[in-house]
Amino acid sequence: MLLDKDRIFTNLYGLHDPLLKGARARGDWDATKAILEKGRDAIVEEVKASGLRGRGGAGFPTGLKWSFMPKQSDRPCYLVVNADESEPGTCKDRDILRHDPHKLIEGCLVAGFAMGACAAYIYIRGEFANEAKVLQAAIDEAYAAGLIGKEACGSGYSFDVFLHRGAGAYICGEETGLLESLEGKKGLPRLKPPFPAAVGLYGCPSTVNNVESIAVAPTIMRRGAAWFNSLGRPRNSGQKVFCISGHVNKPCNVEEELGIPLRELIERYAGGVRGGWDNLLAVIPGGASVPVIPKSVCDDVLMDFDSLRDVKSGLGTAAVIVMDKSTDIIKAIARLSKFYMHESCGQCTPCREGTGWMWRVMTRMVAGRAEVGEIDTLDQVTRQIEGHTICALGDAAAWPIQGLIRHFRPEMEQRIAAYKARAPMPMAAE
Amino acid sequence: MGESAQTNPVPMRDSFQPSTFAFDAESEGAIPGILAKYPAGRQASAVLPMLYLVQNQMRRQTGSAWVPIAGMDEVARRLDMAPIRVYEVATFYFMFNLKPIGTYHLQVCTTTPCWLRGSDEVVAACRAATGIEGWGETSGDGVFTMTEVECLGACVNAPIIQVNDDFYEDLDGDSTKQLLEALRRGEPPKPGSVKGRQTSAPEGGPTTLTTLQFES
Repeated sequence: MLLDKDRIFTNLYGLHDPLLKGARARGDWDATKAILEKGRDAIVEEVKASGLRGRGGAGFPTGLKWSFMPKQSDRPCYLVVNADESEPGTCKDRDILRHDPHKLIEGCLVAGFAMGACAAYIYIRGEFANEAKVLQAAIDEAYAAGLIGKEACGSGYSFDVFLHRGAGAYICGEETGLLESLEGKKGLPRLKPPFPAAVGLYGCPSTVNNVESIAVAPTIMRRGAAWFNSLGRPRNSGQKVFCISGHVNKPCNVEEELGIPLRELIERYAGGVRGGWDNLLAVIPGGASVPVIPKSVCDDVLMDFDSLRDVKSGLGTAAVIVMDKSTDIIKAIARLSKFYMHESCGQCTPCREGTGWMWRVMTRMVAGRAEVGEIDTLDQVTRQIEGHTICALGDAAAWPIQGLIRHFRPEMEQRIAAYKARAPMPMAAE
Repeated sequence: MGESAQTNPVPMRDSFQPSTFAFDAESEGAIPGILAKYPAGRQASAVLPMLYLVQNQMRRQTGSAWVPIAGMDEVARRLDMAPIRVYEVATFYFMFNLKPIGTYHLQVCTTTPCWLRGSDEVVAACRAATGIEGWGETSGDGVFTMTEVECLGACVNAPIIQVNDDFYEDLDGDSTKQLLEALRRGEPPKPGSVKGRQTSAPEGGPTTLTTLQFES
């Protein structure tokens, strides 16, 4: 169990002053200049050594990502912070943005310096209007105090931080969709390669990182890679903000070590499953796009990247969506299909057409108005969408349905049988 | 054929579209700060913030937060963009209202985490209190517009309604009814958890971060 002294987000719940005075009291902006004086390479090496993996979902090693930025560049380089938190179930960055904004701003300076960036653009989802106000106030204070801007922290290095609000498009959480949006266009993801580190914002070298990945960097630099690495599990080091929602007695956010057993996470922090552990049906462990896992897997799975990958799911954003036995699991997943249909940007045919098709079939599956053989057809279609689109939205739309079929096929078949028993007439073609 | 002989196609515009739009002093005051965020020649980056300016100014001037086509044209002119580029942005992003809306925009989340916690009840309470049947419609008195939205990103406080810029969290049927009654009286309650929860901490108070003292 993570002790308070090892927690990074010490104002997670907003009990204290989020602004500069309070942030300094919590240790932010303490000798930041000394961190920068270690030099670019030393910072990248320290973050690499910490084992920090991206907190936005994919879990790519953060230090390694930073090292892809050019050492020398004729063009300006940019750090872009993905604060477009929109993955259903996920609300961790919101707490960082509104309660610990200086951790993010200081992280921008440290990370931006390490990658030779001249500025950071923080892209915050449009719905977080009030969170954006707090963050902007924090940025303004940091400029006024000389912490960012010209000669940031008296280091001789100039660095700007700009806040940019999105306007309600999940696809802008995809890193290249985000860059397009930031350039003033529709958020249509770009083909890769070229990767943003070569051709990113305004055609310049750029790195896109999640809020939490950036916000933990200053603490890692102060307390050291060894400290961070001592928490969590091998290859899954450090702590993470988990969001526990759905059918638990006390939904909440909490910072814990990676690798905590799912059951312990739910029972210790979220008051347990409604009606007790045995009333659990299934959990989506990492935000809407990772496959659901049934109770039998939840009983002893650990909450980290590799453990969840091994059970064919994923840590994603560590957004734990709990469903008890009262849940219509087919309907719960069908609603996610509707989400992906709504949020598909429409650029790639398999996703544009496929998300709508999957939702329509899922709607029939909810009613049972289908043939058993269509379950296989549905599964097959998800595999024709997965991997055949520019960005991962197609995959994200496919995986929840694959998880449903993998673990709850008998429920789907029963639903169809029950419908047939009630309505034996042949149905019209869809 | 000379140009004068061609008939210029004039798109049909809905009667509610104003023929002109001009930024007022408050909006003008904000524009230089917005443009300063982006490198020279990259002013198109300002299209989202400029469209927000239009929408917020419409709220101030007419009580209805929306973006008329004339406003998009003005944004295009200011940013030296082709109008079509602004139209396609304004229609791509869900938060720009392309027709007039009610005073209070009820953005009701029904995505799975909210649905698991009872968003159906919240939707039913909204329908009962406003008389609105379908999504995207405005009540007869012009007070409410009800929109179904996808995940708002406050899932541990589900179910949620966003009213204009503010989140109301931990709702159920009764508290939704009370919220709408207060809004109708013109007395928006304090945003956040309607149960009085401390933000995203578990109900009853935090069980972590309890041992820390900060000097200030």
